[in-house]
Formats: sequence, structure tokens, C-alpha cells
Amino acid sequence: MSKQQQTFTLSGVSCAGCVSKIEKSVKAVPGVDEARVNLADRTLQVSGSVDAGDIQSAIESAGYGAEPVRRSERELREQQRAEEQRHYRQLLWRSGLALGLGVPLMAWGLLTGEMMVDSPMQQLLWGAVGLLTLGVLLYCGGHFFSGAWRAFRHHNANMDTLIALGTGTAWVFSMLVVLLPQLLPEAARHVYFEASAMIIGLINLGQALEVRARGRTSAAVEKLLQLQDPTARVVRDGREVDMPLEEVQVGDRLRVRPGEKIPVDGRVLDGSSLVDESMLTGEPVPVKKAERDTLSAGTLNKNGTLLFAAEKVGAETRLAQIIEMVKNAQSSRVPIARLADKISAIFVPAVMIIAIVSALIWFNWGPDPRAAHMLVVLTAVLIIACPCALGLATPMSVMVGVGKGAEYGVLVRNGKALQQASNLTTLVVDKTGTLTEGAPKLTDLETVGDGDADELLALLASLEQGSEHPLAEAVVAAARERNLDLLPLSEFEAITAHGVSGTVDGKKILLGNRKLMQRENIDIAAWHERADELADLGRTAMYAAVDGAAAGIIAVADPIREDANAAIARLLRLGLRIEMLTGDSSATADAVAQQLGIDRVHAELLPEDKERIVGDLMAQGQRVGMVGDGINDAPALARADVGFAIGAGTDVAIETADITLMRSSLHGVANAIELSRATLRNIKQNLFGAFVYNTLGIPIAAGVLYPFTGALLSPVIAGAAMAFSSVTVVSNANRLRFFQATEVQ
Amino acid sequence: MLALLINGIGLVLIAAILWWFWLGPRRQTAAAVSGAERLQILVKDGVYEPDHIRLPAGEAATLHFRREDPSPCAEWVLFPDLEVSAQLSVHSDTAVKIPAAEPGEYPFTCQMQMYRGTLVVE
Repeated sequence: MSKQQQTFTLSGVSCAGCVSKIEKSVKAVPGVDEARVNLADRTLQVSGSVDAGDIQSAIESAGYGAEPVRRSERELREQQRAEEQRHYRQLLWRSGLALGLGVPLMAWGLLTGEMMVDSPMQQLLWGAVGLLTLGVLLYCGGHFFSGAWRAFRHHNANMDTLIALGTGTAWVFSMLVVLLPQLLPEAARHVYFEASAMIIGLINLGQALEVRARGRTSAAVEKLLQLQDPTARVVRDGREVDMPLEEVQVGDRLRVRPGEKIPVDGRVLDGSSLVDESMLTGEPVPVKKAERDTLSAGTLNKNGTLLFAAEKVGAETRLAQIIEMVKNAQSSRVPIARLADKISAIFVPAVMIIAIVSALIWFNWGPDPRAAHMLVVLTAVLIIACPCALGLATPMSVMVGVGKGAEYGVLVRNGKALQQASNLTTLVVDKTGTLTEGAPKLTDLETVGDGDADELLALLASLEQGSEHPLAEAVVAAARERNLDLLPLSEFEAITAHGVSGTVDGKKILLGNRKLMQRENIDIAAWHERADELADLGRTAMYAAVDGAAAGIIAVADPIREDANAAIARLLRLGLRIEMLTGDSSATADAVAQQLGIDRVHAELLPEDKERIVGDLMAQGQRVGMVGDGINDAPALARADVGFAIGAGTDVAIETADITLMRSSLHGVANAIELSRATLRNIKQNLFGAFVYNTLGIPIAAGVLYPFTGALLSPVIAGAAMAFSSVTVVSNANRLRFFQATEVQ
Repeated sequence: MLALLINGIGLVLIAAILWWFWLGPRRQTAAAVSGAERLQILVKDGVYEPDHIRLPAGEAATLHFRREDPSPCAEWVLFPDLEVSAQLSVHSDTAVKIPAAEPGEYPFTCQMQMYRGTLVVE
């Protein structure tokens, strides 16, 4: 184990005496160079080459508790980036060095044509160049050789194998020419040192560019990680201490000031403020937070100071879970890549065999100089084949596509969901909460003559405060919204299937349907027409009476979401058939469907019917996506090819759905489908490119064009093609970063 | 004579490739780990070591991947059938949690499938 710095959080430490006791017992552990306790934030820093478990047990035997602090994800990332940068520079340096030898050699060959070994003098000179090339091969390409050897011992073959074999063969052949030219016919006494050096240089250059391009593919996760600040302000013993995020524990009290980010998940103890949760929910309007409200890590505190208790820290926070899910999805397998996976498993040995077979064909039937042709073909085939492009084709696109989804508030469970979302034919949408707000609202209030609407509403709301019916809630909510005072209620009575009655402010109030009014002999003939109009709009109308006389009519409806119309239009443009499901009555359902332009409606459904309808559609050969809230619709979501859980990203939804929409808008579904189509298109381009590249490149390297061109493909060109094929794949995947949903903001 | 020799060498090489990479007995470095034990897998020079890992069925486990290869190929380890993946940081341990799984063979690979290993749940 190498020397390193480790940090532990301590528990049970209260005084300076404990500090020296702990430091002493830890220093006694073999391998510890330095141990320092920080009493303020109750941490222990240990440096030395020692196992974390040993230190923990030493502290425990001294009578205290200790937990190793896990380095934060962000820190790991930064380290990773630094490492990547170092690797990038190393690859560039190696590439430069190898090309520094290869380019002049190649230029010499092209300009003078003197790459032959005919005299002892040339033998000596080329021998020296050969040794120099060997040095370059080992220094700049040593990792290819060691990798190839290790893989070989494990009965494996990879890209390193091909590069090592290709460059190694060229070098060995050239060295043979230098040392024993008499073994070969005169025309074949050609050296290929420049090819070895150039190939190593080009492939290092290609890898350097690839490291660069790959860094950008994970930008989305980086953005999510940056939602958290590295420190949190913890209130301990009445003092505020800034401490690293990783050391915050459940139960700690934290303070956030205006403009700061919420560090961990928790519940407000004191204060009130507006919190911008758009990064997690996509909800653009800041949410008011007061005592006992929950806070999510990564959200932004706008205008007040909040004191809150940490409830979930580290990997338990919702933000961490979202990041984890995105990361997992980014590297999951897409069914379309199965063929590519199978091919890449047998690719390298197959290429080796093809290389030998084509070399033998050139040797037996090819024109002179046969030995030289044989070598060029062998090397070029080994070098041009690029298993990486094939292997990279899907993962890179999925990585960028899933990350882009996270930016849009679309969490994709895995590659399979992404692929299926791209070719859906039917979208089944649950009405309540998806197309409509999900909570009934008072839409209309009309009074007899010039009666005061607010006064009537106050009376009706006072009456309804005794009821638990959802429609009653709408009336009460409307009164609250208008800041009306509710009056005391007496003699409340709920008359089943009719309505409610009661006495408010000494007046007898009735609220209910036509039957109630008929029973109480109240004349409502003047309102019939209006009531029918409201019903046609999908609203539920109720008559009101005060002291035995009709007072007005009110209507309650679950209003259609503002953006539903535009979102449905987008989905229809995407070529999807839309079916609406609801438990509501046909009249209400039809009214909503008509306003939205949906022609297939299934109304008056029981919860279990939804799953059956999804199943029926699938049996008809439709590829079905189901949009629901993830809790009530769980079975139907699970049954469908793709289940979209809409809204707020509750934990349950995240666990069950194929695609979770953080934002409760149908636009999210359209975004998800557009994105999945773009990603799949990108994957297909990549796969097609990689297949075509390999299936064309290998025969060309094997010399099928020789009869037409009279020349073989130079191994140097093969090396360049191979180096840039994987860069091309990664760059194409990066194009997905510029994906734009068609939603009009 | 030379032609015979060269052709012979070529054919022998092809047979050797077939045997070594596909048909021959695979020498694997195997390791078994129970839920509680700590198992380190070295990611270096194109291979996982050990590349054959046995786990008891129905038990979650944690594997520690130590990546010593800075090349981008080694950056991720994927267990596609288990939907588990991890980004490995260079020169340090990355704990990868494996959920309890049904008995069977679960291959794990790097992103480009050049690093390969098998997880056997039994």
C-alpha cells in the first residue's frame, strides 16, 4: 500500500484530552507517520502507508468511534481529469517523438527512394536507424507491447495485440534485411523502419485526441456534480463551522444563506425562503419553503436564510441517486449493439488469421517482390483493423444521449429503454395529473342577478369546509385564494348523490345537483341551459341556493394543463397514436379529449383496466409507451414497452419507470422520444461507420485493389486510418451534445 | 523448399491462433469471494486480474477494482446483464457493488470489450 492521506470522522470526542489519547493510539499503529485530530470538526487526518481498518480498530479500542471519510465524487472527478490531462500530454509527447523519427525517414524514402540494403555501408547505417527505431518503439509504444503480452498470456487478444504485431513484424523484417540481406531476393531488400515509427506515432496521436473527446462526453454528469458545493455550514454547539460535505452527518443542523446551494437533503427547522428546484424538477417557478418542508441537495436558496436538519447525506441524497442512475444508464447495453458485441469478441484473432491468409496468398500467387508484398499486406491488415471503433460506437452515443437527457430532466433507466422509446407507435396517457392538473379547481361562479360573487363563494366555502369531497376542496381553495374569511357552520348534512346543506351566518345554504334542487323545490329553470354548456366543457356544475331561493351556479373542473395542447401536438407530429385513459365519466373525458385533439379515449376505467388496455394494444402489435404518475399506474407502466413516470421524480417512480421525467409536463415525454430517436440515429451512424470502415479497410489493406491501382496500401496510411477511425466515432457521438428539443420555450 | 516452409509456418500460426484464443484450455486466474470478503481486481495492461470471479448466489458483494492503466479503454467496468457499471479512477480503488443475483455467468468488460472477465454466481 502506498503512502497516502486518510481522513476519518470521529464520534465520542469531546475534549482536548481525547485528542491526545486518539493521536497516541493511532500513532502506535505500524505504518502511521502522522496523525492529527481536529477537534472543531471532529476529524482525524492520518498520513502513512496503513490500512484504514487498522486505524479504525485502534481508535475503537481507545474507546471512540471512527468512520473513514469517503472522498467526494467531485474530488475523484477532479483527480481523474488531472490524470487524464497528464495522460493526454504523455500520449502527445510519445506521438511527437515517434513521428519525429518516422516523418524524416518517410520523407527520405519518398524523396530519394533509397530504402534498400545493398552494401555493407547501408547495412551499417540502416542497422543504426533500426536500433533507434527499436528505442522509439519501446519508449513510445512499450505499453502496446506489454499489453499485448499480458493479454496473450490470458488467451486474450486486443487492440494492443494488433498494433504490437503489426509494428513488431515490420521491424523484425527490416532488421532481417539489414542483418542477413542475402536471405532475400534483391528486390525485397527494403526496410520499413519508418512504418513502425509512424504507426506508433499516429496511434498515440489518435489516442490523445480520443482522450480529449471522451472527456467531453461525460459533461452532463459533471454539471450535476457541480450542483453541490464542496462545503456545508454546520451549526455545532451554537457555532457555525464550515466543513467538507462528506463529513456532514444525518441529524446535523445546517444553515444556508440566500444565494447558497442546499448541501444535503433535509427538513427545514427554522426560517422561510424561496428555493429554486428547477435543476431537479424542471419546475421553473421557485418553491416556497417554511418549517417542516423538505429540501433537496443541489437546489438553490433564493432569498431567505434557512436552518435545517440533515436527513440524507452522501450517496443517499436524491441528487446523488440521480447522478448514480445517469451514470449507470450511460454505460448500459443497448440491444442494437448486440451484433457489434459478438463481433468484437472474436474480432482480433479473426483479423490475425485474415492477415496470415492474405500474406500467404501474396506469397504464393502474387507478383514479385513477394517477400516485401507479403510483409506490407500482413502489417497493413493488422494495423488497419480497428476493434475500438466497433466497440465504441454505441457506448459513446448512449453516454452523450443519456447525459443530454438529464439536462432536460429526462432520466433514462438503461440503454434498452432508450432504444425502445425511439420506435414507439402508441402512447397511452393517463389523464389525471398528466393532461390535467390533477386537482379540481373552481372554474365558474355565476350569481343570480347582480349578487356578490365573493359573498356567495364565502358562504359556499364555509358550507364545504365540513366536507371531504374533492370538489369541496376546490371550493374552499378558491375562497382561500381570494382571501375570503370562512364563517362558522352548523347543521351540516351531506345528502348522498345530491349534495350538501347547512346553516352559515343564520342562512340555510344548499349546494348540489339538479336532484337536490328539485327535492327542495327550488326553481332553477333559468340555469338549465348554462349547466348543460358547462357539462359539455367537461366541467361539473352545481347549483347553489340561499334561504330557499336559487343563488347561482358554480362549476368545478380538473383544468387542462397549460402546456398539454402544445405537447400533444408535438407528440402527434412525432407520428404517435395517442390513447387517453381515465377513471372519469365519458362526458368529462370526451370534453378533455376534444379540446386536446385526442380521438381515442378509454373512460370510466378501474385501475386494473389500465394494464389490460396496454396489454391489448401490445397484442395488436403496437409498441406502447405508457405515461403515468408512477404510483397508481405502476402495473401499466411496468407492462408497457416503455413506462414514463411523470412528475416530481418521487423515489418510487425513479425505481419503477423506464424513463422518469423530473418535470410534470407531457413535453418531457416528447423530449424523451425526440432525444431517443436522435441517439439511436447517432448509434446507427456509428455502427454503420465502424462496420463499413472495417469491412472495406481490411480487404483494401489485403490488396484487393492492387490489380487496379498497381500498389498496395502503405501500412502508414493504414495506421493513420485506424487512429482516426475511433476519433471519428467519438466525435460523431459528441455531436449529440448539440441536440435541441423542438419544444418552443 | 522455401515456399513449403513459409506456407507451413503460416498454417501452423493459424492453427495456433485458433487453438490459443478459442479452442484451447483457458487458463484463468480465478478467485472466489464471499459477501464479507474484500476482493481486489487489478485492471492493468489489457486484462482483469483475476478475470474469473465466483460469488455465492443471492448475496450482494462489493468488488474493488484497482485501475493501473490510464488509457481510456480501461475507464469503465460494465456488468451489462446486472446493469452495474462504474467509472474507475486511476491508481486507486473503486468499490463496485454487485447486487444479489441468480446463479449464472455474468461477463464483465470494459467499454470497448477489450478487457474481459466473467463473474460466476453459484
